[in-house]
Amino acid sequence: MAQQRGPLDSLIKALTGLPGLGPRSARRIALHLVMNRGKVMEPLVAALEETARSVKICNACGNIDVCDPCRICADVRRDARFLCVVAGVADLWAVERTGAYKGKYHVLGGLLSALDGVGPDDLRIAALPDRVRNAQAQEVILALSATVDGQATAHYLTDRMASAIPGVKISRLAHGVPVGGELDYLDDGTIATALKSRAAL
Amino acid sequence: MEQWQDQGIVLSARPHGENGAVVSVLTENYGRHAGYVRGGQSSRNRGALQPGNLVGARWSSRVADQLGTFMLEQDRNLAAGCMDDALRLGALLSACALCDAALPEREAHPGLFHGLQALLENMDSDIWGAAYVMWEVALLKELGFALNLSRCAGGGDAAALEWISPKTGHAVSREKGAPYQDKLLSLPAFLKPDRGDTSDEEVFTGLRMTFHFLEHWVFNHHSRGIPEQRLRFHERFARHIGHLTAKEGILSDGTQG
Repeated sequence: MAQQRGPLDSLIKALTGLPGLGPRSARRIALHLVMNRGKVMEPLVAALEETARSVKICNACGNIDVCDPCRICADVRRDARFLCVVAGVADLWAVERTGAYKGKYHVLGGLLSALDGVGPDDLRIAALPDRVRNAQAQEVILALSATVDGQATAHYLTDRMASAIPGVKISRLAHGVPVGGELDYLDDGTIATALKSRAAL
Repeated sequence: MEQWQDQGIVLSARPHGENGAVVSVLTENYGRHAGYVRGGQSSRNRGALQPGNLVGARWSSRVADQLGTFMLEQDRNLAAGCMDDALRLGALLSACALCDAALPEREAHPGLFHGLQALLENMDSDIWGAAYVMWEVALLKELGFALNLSRCAGGGDAAALEWISPKTGHAVSREKGAPYQDKLLSLPAFLKPDRGDTSDEEVFTGLRMTFHFLEHWVFNHHSRGIPEQRLRFHERFARHIGHLTAKEGILSDGTQG
């Protein structure tokens, strides 16, 4: 195959850096864009330009939105008594999709991981006690993954907040049987955790 | 084609590429062994790759020296039982990190494997803290730094051991060690000949003792020092029993008290 040169080569290289795409897929996408300039490429360019120009990271919570503070932080109908701590924006979107939570959020930007060299200073942890204090939140919900890193981060946050903001209730999401899950197909650890967290009927 | 099959305990998993992970496993017969797991970052496989989980491991590689590929099948999810408790979770992470950092790769340590498995399986018992300290003593021994806790280094009464020498790792009796007690490390009651109590204070005495030997003997020449998981566990335990001193506040992130 003839070696690509110029802007098309740059486009392929840029696409190769995206998650899930290798050089072969990048070449296919680049070709598709070029062959469908008006229908696909130009709207995509416009959308990318608009996104790059307008999307910001909320200084208050770490969410991404077109305004700062984000629409969730600025929404007065949101219940400021509850603050939900999530690891990333994708987790915030996941909680929002449920429609079951009407409080505010705090995005950490990751989880503590000694292996990956992520320490407390790399996350938005230092700002959390001030946020809780300023918003006069009564409950902090730690919506972190049920993984070792997620729970280690949750325990670390609990320690930090217990000393910095005593009196504020700290809770975490329940661990156990997923909705629609059959016991026979669950692993022993999940069933053991579910038994520990059983609720009275 | 090189390949083997064994049971193992997951020590760590770090992302590699978009979907894969390089996983370090302590196996019974092949020691600490790393391998690439395809799809290791997927939601389907991630659960099995949590540190502390018991897995069935099948490793294969074209050449023995290469990283190779792991096929891991979860046997028992031992990590899940510790997630609710900050101290137990800290101990689990600490034990896995110590193995990962201190053990030479591909050198069989079946005794240590069974010791770690027994420790993780008994994390819900009342004496898990003492069991953890004893496991660290066993780790020191496995690495060639055995502590001598059976008799007094100064020729004193072997039934009245009270301290341990920070230089030699030999126990010292109450009578012989009294003049030097400010220079000696305290021996936890459950490591004395009469096997005393396993209270949290005694566990912390044991943690301070093993910390000293890990720091000065095992990790003295490691560029990264004692794993952060061990430091964090030490500090959390100190805070738990209210003994956090300036020396115990060893993390750099200012999380004291």
